Amino acid sequence: MIALLAASSTTAQTGADFSDDVFWVWLVKAVAILVFLLVSVLIAIWFERKVVARMQVRPGPNVHGPFGLLQSLADAMKLLFKEDMTVKAADKLVYVAAPMIAVFCSLLVFAVIPFGPAVWIGGHHTPLQLTDFPVAVLYILACASVGVYGIVLGGWSSNSTYPLLGSVRSTAQVISYELSMGLSLVTVFILAGSMSTSEIVSSQKTLWWFIPLLPAFVIYVVSMIGETNRLPFDLPEAEGELVGGYTTEYSSMKFAWFFLAEYINMLNVSAVATTLFLGGWRAPWPISTINDGMFNHGWWPILWFLAKLWFFMFVFVWVRGTLLRFRYDQFMKFGWKVLIPFALGWLVIVAAVQGLRQFSDLNVRTTLFVLAGVVAVVAIAAFFVPEKKVAATKPRRGPEVIDPFAAGYPVPPMPGQTLPPSPRKERAAAAAGATAGSDPTTPEVHGG
Amino acid sequence: MSALAAGPVLATLHAGQASTGEAILFWVLAPIMVLAALGLLLARKAVHAALAVILVMICLAFMYVAQDAVFLGVVQVVVYTGAIMMLFLFVLMLVGVDQSDSLVETIRGQRWIGLLAGIGLAVVLAGVVGRATFPPATGLDSANDPSNPEGLARLVFGSYVFAFEAVGALLVTAALGALVLTHRRRLTPRVGQRELADARVKAGAVLTPLPAPGVYARHNAMDVPALGPDGRPLEHSVPRVLRVRGQQADEREYAARIERVLAGEWAGGEGSTALATTTEAVETPGSDENPPPHARPDVGAPVPGAATDKPAQEEQG
Repeated sequence: MIALLAASSTTAQTGADFSDDVFWVWLVKAVAILVFLLVSVLIAIWFERKVVARMQVRPGPNVHGPFGLLQSLADAMKLLFKEDMTVKAADKLVYVAAPMIAVFCSLLVFAVIPFGPAVWIGGHHTPLQLTDFPVAVLYILACASVGVYGIVLGGWSSNSTYPLLGSVRSTAQVISYELSMGLSLVTVFILAGSMSTSEIVSSQKTLWWFIPLLPAFVIYVVSMIGETNRLPFDLPEAEGELVGGYTTEYSSMKFAWFFLAEYINMLNVSAVATTLFLGGWRAPWPISTINDGMFNHGWWPILWFLAKLWFFMFVFVWVRGTLLRFRYDQFMKFGWKVLIPFALGWLVIVAAVQGLRQFSDLNVRTTLFVLAGVVAVVAIAAFFVPEKKVAATKPRRGPEVIDPFAAGYPVPPMPGQTLPPSPRKERAAAAAGATAGSDPTTPEVHGG
Repeated sequence: MSALAAGPVLATLHAGQASTGEAILFWVLAPIMVLAALGLLLARKAVHAALAVILVMICLAFMYVAQDAVFLGVVQVVVYTGAIMMLFLFVLMLVGVDQSDSLVETIRGQRWIGLLAGIGLAVVLAGVVGRATFPPATGLDSANDPSNPEGLARLVFGSYVFAFEAVGALLVTAALGALVLTHRRRLTPRVGQRELADARVKAGAVLTPLPAPGVYARHNAMDVPALGPDGRPLEHSVPRVLRVRGQQADEREYAARIERVLAGEWAGGEGSTALATTTEAVETPGSDENPPPHARPDVGAPVPGAATDKPAQEEQG
């Protein structure tokens, strides 16, 4: 497919030029990408465990190899040598195919990710990118959406309740989060004027898109975590609810493939975020000016690309170490009622501004400043409009006395509230208080 | 579906423009597509039929890409395979894992009507396709100028913008219609997590999660009831399914041991070896000052505590 796409791609205007590529250069690049992904996954597992451990004030893996670096290799070996079980009631063909689908689709994405500008490899001037074509970013979305079939079919073919629930959740999750993800990517397409990854990188020469498109960037980062089933959105494999979700009935190598696919997908979405929002392989600002942009040429850009990629991987781990898992309905509400409307609104704004810039003589900068001025004036004017008499409804003086047992169990008073006088105290003060018998329970606050 | 895809490819083949690679691709993909399309008709399980459709769609995307319709090929995968077929699968999976198609006709003569309609459609399509005339080919380079998505955008948002907008309006109308038709007004207030918690408190039910089976008991198995703070087995800690099936472990066996302990035999230290080991286990550090559990059965914490502290060293289970 990749070769096809590359062959069919028309000449890109500002993007990467693959005309000097020969077969062995392609082969070298493809193998290099595979090796890079597999090694990165091993490092990512170690990285995640180590960073989460540091966040939880414990050492993390530190036995095998220097800094415990070989821990994930040992884990992989262990998985390989485990007994490979196939559930008797499983749908055999689909059961075996599902992990393969997941892994293969996750491996496809990096084909269109630019690692750097053109370099010389064995006498050929070729970009550090396997291929590129006018709809490369859509191709990434396509690979991701087919990869989900691995999860969905794995859960279904196990013929078991929890995996099925996990895969149903995954379906709903991917459909809803792919929408907001796609909408946030469309704003980048509008500004960059292209859907090819190398052209998007070259359009960020002066300004990385995450600055003008900050809302889209935030939406993308949120939905990329949802798309990869990571905490706090790991509902398809929620340990506390679904045992292991779609992986419950998988063992040994098949489980390892799902695991591999999950981590490669994390790398994929991080690479997409880097390419589309953080300038791809471009050096960050102060470095990019050194020595007439020396660090933006040759092999240097790989360093910046990897740094940005691992920054996103760190964000993944950071979020995992910080946030709790969402409840399923909260998750769906967040996707459909917050992310998608915001992404859609932002898309309309960006499209309107870009349309003004392209199709009218208006100076967009002055227009935006005028708009900001109008908003500021309206905001200031709003201060002078007298507020409605909402405050009149609460003329109460002093703290409100609440019944701590109104809902059936004792609640502590909120700020501005107070408890009724303790009946026990009253009993102690005045013998045989009249109200003491009416409420048998004493309003004690526990755990205060 | 495969026939539809085969049309344009064959057309280019006859025009003598298709490259060898494209021809090879076609002859590899076309049989797969035909087989998959037949699989859709013949598959017993609904999910297998859906998988066959997905396979056809992906092969179709390859075909599109081979013919320089990159955008169409990729969007086909994103929209149809990634979203619409996913929704289909979603429904199919919820219908039932082992569900096969029911072959009972719900409408009388449905099969014959369907066959007739199919033949009719085939005749109409054959008539239209047979009479279609093509303008002289301009070549893909001019169609895809400057790039495939831009050429397509010029057509969709230029020549055919009205049709495009009309389709968009129709889709929105359909979505709203589905929303309105399936909307049910809520008759009772929504019962959420908070309301459920309140109701549970009011009813005086257990507030904490139910005890897991085997916790603090001598066996860490699903069918062994947990021990409560008083050292008595909690029957409801065993999953209801096991209880209904009668697969629960014999509770009396455990209860008898507890009873022996509670009856004060632990203090003596004599008796059988089994009892002696039990007594050893019961004497946890720090429990010496406490009154014997039989004196205050409500506080009898030492029993569960003992089971956790050193259960394994002497007892063979």
